[in-house]
Amino acid sequence: MGLTRDSSKQSTLVDLFNIEKKENEHIIALAGNPNTGKSTLFNHLTGLSQHTGNWPGKTVTNARGKFKHGCESYHLVDVPGAYSLFATSEEEMVARDFICFGHADAVVVVTDATCLERNFNLVYQVMELTDNVILVINLMDEAKKKNITINKIGIELDLGIPVVLTSARNGVGLKELKDTLNLVMTNQYEYNNKSIIYSNEIEKKISYVESKLEAKINHIKLRFLALRIIDGDNRFFDSMKQYFSDDEYELINQVREEIHQEVNQEEVRELITEINYKEAEVLKNKYVKENANKFHKDKKIDDILTSRIFGIPIMLLLLTGVFYITVAGANVPSGMLADAFFSFEEVLTRWFHTLHAPNWLHGVLVLGLYRTLTWVVSVMLPPMAIFFPIFTLLEDLGYLPRVAYNLDHLFKKACAHGKQCLSMCMGFGCNAAGIIGTRIIESPREKLIAILTNNFVPCNGRFPTLIAIATVFFAYVSYGQYNRIIPALIVTGLVVIGIMVTLLVSYLLSKTILKGVPSSFTLELPPYRKPQIGRVIYTSIIDRTIFVLGRAVLVAIPAGIITWILGNTFIGDLSVIQYIANFLDPFAQLLGLDGIILMAFILGLPANEIVIPILLMAYLSTSSMIEFDSFDSLRQVLVNNNWTYLTALNVMLFSLLHWPCSTALLTIKKETGSWKWTCIGFIIPTVIAIIVCMMTTGIYHLF
Amino acid sequence: MNYLSDIDVGKVVKVNALLAKDLLKERMLALGLTKGTSVEVIRKGPKNNLTVFDIRGVMIALRREESNLIMVE
Ligand SMILES: Nc1nc2c(ncn2[C@@H]2O[C@H](COP(=O)(O)OP(=O)(O)O)[C@@H](O)[C@H]2O)c(=O)[nH]1
Ligand SMILES: [Mg+2]
Repeated sequence: MGLTRDSSKQSTLVDLFNIEKKENEHIIALAGNPNTGKSTLFNHLTGLSQHTGNWPGKTVTNARGKFKHGCESYHLVDVPGAYSLFATSEEEMVARDFICFGHADAVVVVTDATCLERNFNLVYQVMELTDNVILVINLMDEAKKKNITINKIGIELDLGIPVVLTSARNGVGLKELKDTLNLVMTNQYEYNNKSIIYSNEIEKKISYVESKLEAKINHIKLRFLALRIIDGDNRFFDSMKQYFSDDEYELINQVREEIHQEVNQEEVRELITEINYKEAEVLKNKYVKENANKFHKDKKIDDILTSRIFGIPIMLLLLTGVFYITVAGANVPSGMLADAFFSFEEVLTRWFHTLHAPNWLHGVLVLGLYRTLTWVVSVMLPPMAIFFPIFTLLEDLGYLPRVAYNLDHLFKKACAHGKQCLSMCMGFGCNAAGIIGTRIIESPREKLIAILTNNFVPCNGRFPTLIAIATVFFAYVSYGQYNRIIPALIVTGLVVIGIMVTLLVSYLLSKTILKGVPSSFTLELPPYRKPQIGRVIYTSIIDRTIFVLGRAVLVAIPAGIITWILGNTFIGDLSVIQYIANFLDPFAQLLGLDGIILMAFILGLPANEIVIPILLMAYLSTSSMIEFDSFDSLRQVLVNNNWTYLTALNVMLFSLLHWPCSTALLTIKKETGSWKWTCIGFIIPTVIAIIVCMMTTGIYHLF
Repeated sequence: MNYLSDIDVGKVVKVNALLAKDLLKERMLALGLTKGTSVEVIRKGPKNNLTVFDIRGVMIALRREESNLIMVE
């Protein structure tokens, strides 16, 4: 569900250290536990639109943006969420590396007012790493609702760093934060950092190690490095190797060896965390008042949504409901749009006549381009404008992790990682985003499985196709009469098939080329949060609907012209399109499709959104003209081209299961770094789509 | 001493030791499962697989394979 204008641009993947620092520009890192509102804060401060949503793990790369306050300019970096700086996953590694070596002038640690104890642990860790720390306690509105009171002054005095209370989503406290940043950057704030003091023995070791390193290493805080030399394992140092010169690294290793002759690294590691958390606990107990039963409401909702018996049925019911509303709501606006477009087509045609434009020009521009574009907009816009906001509302509410919770036993059986369900859900927005989202999975084996199977859930580009065809073909009872339940059930069924194929392929992969057992994972269930309905509708319409439609229209314009020309260029008796279609037809028939459909899917490789437009264009360019006045006329076009229920079903199945679009393929290449896996990512879905469609065709012809 | 995976819903227990190793142990420590921490069992999921715990004021779900690496009393 991560597709927005920004997240789909490859620029989100740029390396993290290439910040071009300008004179007088301060680099500020936004760090914190996952799901504390960092991206929300980032968006408010910079005016950008990073993906936000109520579940941990959606930001996996650093995003940057700029803003000014008074005379100071800032370069803000939205760092992925981290529970600690010990880098147990790729996102945490990105976070740690940036905080350690990204040369930020200050680190703003964003925390969740409703679970400060755990958040303080990270605050202490960051304070060990850098001096200029600002503590933001966010989600104050939620805290108020839960009767949590926070003594800001107390915390500020105790930690010796500035503390700002905010409700990022409502923009509350941002001015104060910016003022504080200005104070810190102009050295007007008097820091009085109180870092944690460990036991005597540990402190002695720290001083000893510091004295050893002092002369040689100066680009990282020595206390932090000393602590890690005492308690860090090989994995930790391996992952940091690139930031040290060979000399420095050798020195570190020497000191580590020496220290580990006297102390047991694992025991110290536990002890140090324990002390850290004790301090966090003390701090919280001193300055935060909350009543014992703060989960009460969430538990009540979870009783229903994650019930053992009803969890999955409710999920399916919700999904069907969403599709039902989409199908039922889309028909009327579709017809209205089409009417408007069609009357304008007449106006256009009259203009062409008065200008004495040649017939072919009118053909290309009006009958080819304009007509197809208006078809695309009328068919795709209304369902998207209804579907995306509802889906985003569920995401903002916090439903996604509950889905992962309900489905986990299935993923476990498939030997897949528990978080694969989350990256799969991201795939519902955009498979490329879903594939990037697999970074939340630590184990390389399971990450590959998640990448290779992400394509089996329909993305933004394919949902409109599925919804349109289901509506057109299966809603129709007789002229003017519609049944909206059936198409909703069909689309839900397709999603379920997609998930089943995901599980099955994951299972087969884990039993063959990617053997292994599922690795451990922890799933945080965030509190339910009331979505901001206005904002959700606004962002999902701007960011998703317009974006998807824009892409469809952009590709449809050249494709429309070319298809019209091909459809009207004759060699002998047949148009070029008919030649291509005839060539593909024999194979397509085996799949229960026709040559033109297959051609549309092949041409749709750059973007799935354009499959329907190309299909329509190809049909419209060859068959008699028809005016769009509702979904009925779309149905008429398809029926005129010999579509049966089988054709409709197989187009939907093929769309659901076939090869990933080129963007998704490039993302697989980027994430796996291997052409081999990219090819496999192409072949598996393709083969499955072909087999499934052949099977349905075979079964259909049996009867 | 018991395994956290064997504790019934509604009970509150204290962490005694972690049997997990490497990354998993690091992750558990990061979530605040240090010695002496109270943990409440909130809910068990389908097939007793995922169990939701209240760990330091946050709801966290663990599979059986993980929760039986945590000794409690
Ligand atoms: N009620 C409320 N919700 C917030 C606030 N800040 C963020 N959120 C919501 O919390 C969720 C997580 O926010 P996000 O910025 O994605 O968190 P990140 O993971 O730290 O980047 C989203 O659903 C936000 O809408 C706030 O101040 N109040
Ligand atoms: Mg974020």
